[in-house]
Amino acid sequence: MDLTTQRALYKTGLYILVALISLFCLFPFYFAIVTSLKSGTELFSTKLWPEAPSLRNYISLFTIAEQPFGRHIFNSLGVSAMVVVASLFLGVTAAYALGRITFKGKGLLLLTVLAVSMFPQVAVLSGMFELMQAIGFYNHWWGLTLPYMIFTLPFTVWVLTTFVRDLPKELEEAAIMDGCTPWGIITKVFLPVMWPALVTTGLLAFIAAWNEFMFALTFVLDNNQRTVPVSISLISGADKYEIPWGKIMAASVLVTLPLIILVLAFQRKIVGGLTSGAVKG
Amino acid sequence: MSTPSSQLALNPGVLKRNPTSELTRERTRSAWIFLAPTLIVLLLVAGWPLGRTIFFSFTDASLETIGEQTYKMVGLQNYFGDYGVFNFAAADGFWSTDWGMAIQNTFKFAIVSVVLETILGVVFALVLNADFKGRSFVRAAVLVPWAIPTIVSAKMWAWIMHDQFGVMNALLRSAGIIDHNIAWTADPAYALWSVVLVDVWKTTPFMALLTLAALQMLPKDCYEAAHVDGIHPVRVFFKVTLPLIWPALMVAVIFRLLDALRVFDIIYVMTSNSISTISMSGFVRREIVDNNYVGFGSAASTVLFLIIGACTLAYLKASRVDLGGKK
Repeated sequence: MDLTTQRALYKTGLYILVALISLFCLFPFYFAIVTSLKSGTELFSTKLWPEAPSLRNYISLFTIAEQPFGRHIFNSLGVSAMVVVASLFLGVTAAYALGRITFKGKGLLLLTVLAVSMFPQVAVLSGMFELMQAIGFYNHWWGLTLPYMIFTLPFTVWVLTTFVRDLPKELEEAAIMDGCTPWGIITKVFLPVMWPALVTTGLLAFIAAWNEFMFALTFVLDNNQRTVPVSISLISGADKYEIPWGKIMAASVLVTLPLIILVLAFQRKIVGGLTSGAVKG
Repeated sequence: MSTPSSQLALNPGVLKRNPTSELTRERTRSAWIFLAPTLIVLLLVAGWPLGRTIFFSFTDASLETIGEQTYKMVGLQNYFGDYGVFNFAAADGFWSTDWGMAIQNTFKFAIVSVVLETILGVVFALVLNADFKGRSFVRAAVLVPWAIPTIVSAKMWAWIMHDQFGVMNALLRSAGIIDHNIAWTADPAYALWSVVLVDVWKTTPFMALLTLAALQMLPKDCYEAAHVDGIHPVRVFFKVTLPLIWPALMVAVIFRLLDALRVFDIIYVMTSNSISTISMSGFVRREIVDNNYVGFGSAASTVLFLIIGACTLAYLKASRVDLGGKK
């Protein structure tokens, strides 16, 4: 076999693989969009495109009073935003202490933070149930902010600490010489250069809170207080045996599209954040 | 004693070299002040509830008696004996109890899906690392499954795998691979593997991206040498590439394994609490919330915590995490 045929074969093989990978990754979401546009009996045909696309499923999401989907989107946005703000605030202050100051017990602290990020959520389920009820957070969408910190905070602290640690020492020394307080150093020296790390960790915390299911399912029972993932899992039809797949797919597409747009827009930053969170350690 | 700023001017390295200076002490104090809010929150959301859960595992608490504090201590009854999670005297043996099944399901799920997504992830990464037209498009496409919320992917695939109207049965039938519709998520023979398929779909991008990051850090010169020597690319992969990316790959594998051992959402949404697929997390939640056996469920969750704790220690050892702040 001469070199040109070999190269041609390689190219063909590569493009077949590329096509397969793209199909594998994109088909399920494509099919969800197609299903969400089908209605009536068309739903039960396995055609790969809608014959008579209609937005009926999307409209019905917002017009049925028993399942206030708009309200659920609002709840999810609210709790995710609160989680992001709280984790970033705590993360930045902790990262300054852990990344810039040498003190006894720091290694142990970092280890603890890392250990918490490995926590199985159910390990705190009954204790958290008691706590949420005792402090009146139970059954409110905003109350979920507290348990969500268990998975966003360790991650945020860890990534921000790595970032702060790698900043040049001169930045801070100049500020100390000018008599800047530690709080001043954080807000005036570090925050302005930290925004790339803040965008990444904030986005990842937002996605984690937006997607969370188990705590939301367990700690919120009131139908008006639910968040989106639980809402989707509970969408039901007129009777028990008729599952409204078109509507479920419409809701799925609605909550996923913004995420996909965000992720694609911040592609590089997210990949960098994931890599430093998981591998750099 | 000189003032902090003059000391600093004389010796820029003072922050590290002089541990007893006023400045150092002040910085240590401010470190703890800045850490305090984070530590308090971590204690509140992790330490305290974990301690209470372990405590409940020695009681007969239910969701009602938790609030009224009317539960009583029952010793190790939730762990051992006829009503314990380790019921070795069960009629068909421990592994046929629900908890025994949950442990088996979870480990089967975790190991098979992590192995599959590692292999697929490496293949994806090698392809993404090659030079072809539309590479940035495919890189973006690979991120899509990762960006989709777990609940949504579970629902999407449940619809694709629907026994009567699912597109998967239709495609496989028209290709002549199966001759009757299969209830992928309901039939105990297929249910767990269906869930594995969805998990592989969702997490392969993560593995691919981590592997790609490792691939891009490899030195180019040894490849050029191998190319000049005419060594077959497959051989180059196993002899050069794989050993070089192995450490990064292993860290990613253990990271994913820990994640997979905690699985709940995918399985719960796709197959509910079905005993043929229930995970350890699913079992714990079922006992605590659905069956209202808080004490018993807490015992199971304590065991789960210990299992994952042991795996975490292994992870920390394997990745040799850098805690001192040195690179």
